[in-house]
Amino acid sequence: MSATHTIINLPDQRTATLPKRNYINAEDGLLSWLLTGDHKRIAILYLISITFFFFIGGAFAGLIRLELLTPQPDLVASDTYNKFFSMHGIIMIFLFLVPSVPATLGNFLMPIMLGAKDLAFPKINLLSWYLYMIGGIFTLAALVLGGVDTGWTFTTPLSTHYLNTHVVTTATAIFVAGFSSIFTGLNFIVTIHRMRAPGMTWFRMPLFVWSHYAASILMVLGTPVLAISIVLVALERTIGIGVFDPTKGGDPLLFQHLFWFYSHPAVYIMILPGMGVISEVISTFSRKRVFGYTAVAFSSVAIALFGFFVWAHHMFIMGVSNYSALVFSLLTMLVAVPSAIKIFNWAFTLQKGSITFETPMLYAFGFLGLFTIGGMTGVFLGALGMDIHLTETYFIVAHFHFVMVGGMLMAFLAGIHFWWPKMTGRMYPESLSKLAAVTTFIGFNLTFLPQFILGYLGMPRRYHAYPPEFQVLNVLSTAGATVLGVGYMLPLLYLGWSLKYGAIAGNNPWQATGLEWQIQSPPLTENFIETPIVDHEAYDYEWLAHKTEQEVTTVG
Amino acid sequence: MALPQHRHHFETPEQQREAGTFGMWLFLLTEIMFFGGLFFAYLLYRNWYHDAFVVASNQLSIPLGATNTAVLIGSGFFMALGVWAAEVKKKGLLVLFLILTTVLGCVFLGVKYVEYHEKWEKHHIPGAHFDVSEFVNPHAYGLKEQPLAPDMAQKTQVFFSLYFAMTGMHALHMIIGIVLLFWLTWRAHRGEFSSGYVAPIENFGLYWHFVDIVWLFLFPLLYLINRHPGA
Repeated sequence: MSATHTIINLPDQRTATLPKRNYINAEDGLLSWLLTGDHKRIAILYLISITFFFFIGGAFAGLIRLELLTPQPDLVASDTYNKFFSMHGIIMIFLFLVPSVPATLGNFLMPIMLGAKDLAFPKINLLSWYLYMIGGIFTLAALVLGGVDTGWTFTTPLSTHYLNTHVVTTATAIFVAGFSSIFTGLNFIVTIHRMRAPGMTWFRMPLFVWSHYAASILMVLGTPVLAISIVLVALERTIGIGVFDPTKGGDPLLFQHLFWFYSHPAVYIMILPGMGVISEVISTFSRKRVFGYTAVAFSSVAIALFGFFVWAHHMFIMGVSNYSALVFSLLTMLVAVPSAIKIFNWAFTLQKGSITFETPMLYAFGFLGLFTIGGMTGVFLGALGMDIHLTETYFIVAHFHFVMVGGMLMAFLAGIHFWWPKMTGRMYPESLSKLAAVTTFIGFNLTFLPQFILGYLGMPRRYHAYPPEFQVLNVLSTAGATVLGVGYMLPLLYLGWSLKYGAIAGNNPWQATGLEWQIQSPPLTENFIETPIVDHEAYDYEWLAHKTEQEVTTVG
Repeated sequence: MALPQHRHHFETPEQQREAGTFGMWLFLLTEIMFFGGLFFAYLLYRNWYHDAFVVASNQLSIPLGATNTAVLIGSGFFMALGVWAAEVKKKGLLVLFLILTTVLGCVFLGVKYVEYHEKWEKHHIPGAHFDVSEFVNPHAYGLKEQPLAPDMAQKTQVFFSLYFAMTGMHALHMIIGIVLLFWLTWRAHRGEFSSGYVAPIENFGLYWHFVDIVWLFLFPLLYLINRHPGA
């Protein structure tokens, strides 16, 4: 069986043409984009806006690394540095990582993968983009008016009593952007439950859909708790209510509980959709069904469930009781189990696959290595004794950047390259993008591996000065950040170039099995000419090989 | 049965209706989590500062609270009748019931305003002007309460913080609901819900009943906590 379908038949792209009618040229004018209900157009709106915010957040990262080039606080004053890392965290988390894959690739692909014409609630989908933009504008307003220096965590009573910066403006931004995330999650859940094409059973859905389902549960259940804690912080700051204020009988630790009840699951909101991308990419470029499909599907749901019961591991040094610390430590380590299930199953998918090394696959390999390191160091931090030593140091900074940047951002770039032909109808330049993938990987490791050592040696996070003996490692890290910056600029340039000059992609340049690859690229506004009837499992390469070639997939 | 409100991306009107209802229930789930944070804070502080919560709770007017409970249940009753009227396609009755729902909702907010105003005059709104003297020295104000030690009296501020945060968030939901009611009444008046398309009325009904239920938890927790025997 394996001998027949491991032969890779790449289609002849020279004969491919761009379809005359597609979602991009269906209507003209700016208003047709700003008032659209089409999930694909909304995905493009999101893609443009999150890229914009990514580069603003990235600029702050650059400034942070520049300040840390020397041990002395010589580039900016302490307060300014505090604002730098606060704005970096707030923009990257709430305006980039949380919506990154779900709002762009998820929006674009979810209905197509399920065989539907659109998400269940197109208007709410558009509303969610507007809420995101309002949140973004409030963040920019806070930035222009002088910034905020609470860190992205809004720790009370620092945020409520001791700072004179734009906390309420930023809180409003996060509150509004949070509802954008809630509506995205709600839309996905309803779509997955109610909009599947005939024959698309739960266990025929691509794993991309499963991981988005798990992330959506977290968005819907977690984000409202962030909303109410942010409201209470804002009320405490403006009116002076006393829910978190110790002088009035309130307890700052309650804020930590409420905040991390969202913000720990938020980590899984960020990573789960990326894991979905990796499943698709690894299967496609190994030409094999994902090993242990059911286990990978359920591990997403397990991560979502466990994710709700580990939040207090952010609070081990804050005076929670030993017993609850013990329980939370144990539960934290349990999350490693479903994550490891995924890693092992991807590894077994690669085994004896017909692997090719296109750009998305390079990014996916980057994800596998870096996410594994990020996840394993998470287990160190979940261990109570180690956490006392490592928390609030650069070790933790390195840990979550390995998961979020090494994991999620790699997955995002893998997905963008993978589906770029579907979204635009054109190929990106292959050799240049391979160079970008390798540059990103090298730059990333150079930036963040030294930070593990720095943290272990005791360099605390969020300071802009450090003892001179830490300088060598910090210089390495800053040099790595420069390489990383180049690695991120490259895709922006060549993807932009490819919009006009890229080779025509054709319907299925990767010979992938997903429903989205069986339609024209870029797709029609209504996605399918007629509702597909699904009669095969996900990742069924034999089905693809036997699919009749006379099917009409384009019109006009 | 093709309705004009049938959206192109749904295969059938049933699918559209099911998706809408399911989405509304999910939204209510997010609302439960939203209020859940406040209820959790209430649970915590009520256990810590029981004496302060009892005394502060006695400041709330049970007649006004009970009236409001009745008003809100009445409003929910008319909403339920509204859904029925839409289902049996009686346009006039639907408009009437929606108006009654709106009126009772406004009465609720009016009573709430009276209550808030009294707190303002007594300096029981948390913040810079909060005054604990009534709890430290109740007899001077003609109250029969036991005096609280000054540090426990401070904790009444936590009760009022939660009181305003919880009833405030509830009132905000009422205001949003009333705005939506105006819009639905106008659409009902135009006859949009007289042809068997009742999903918006049904789904709004779910929201309105949810807001009612939140109040049914707030009323005993905030007004009646000292009313159980043995306290």
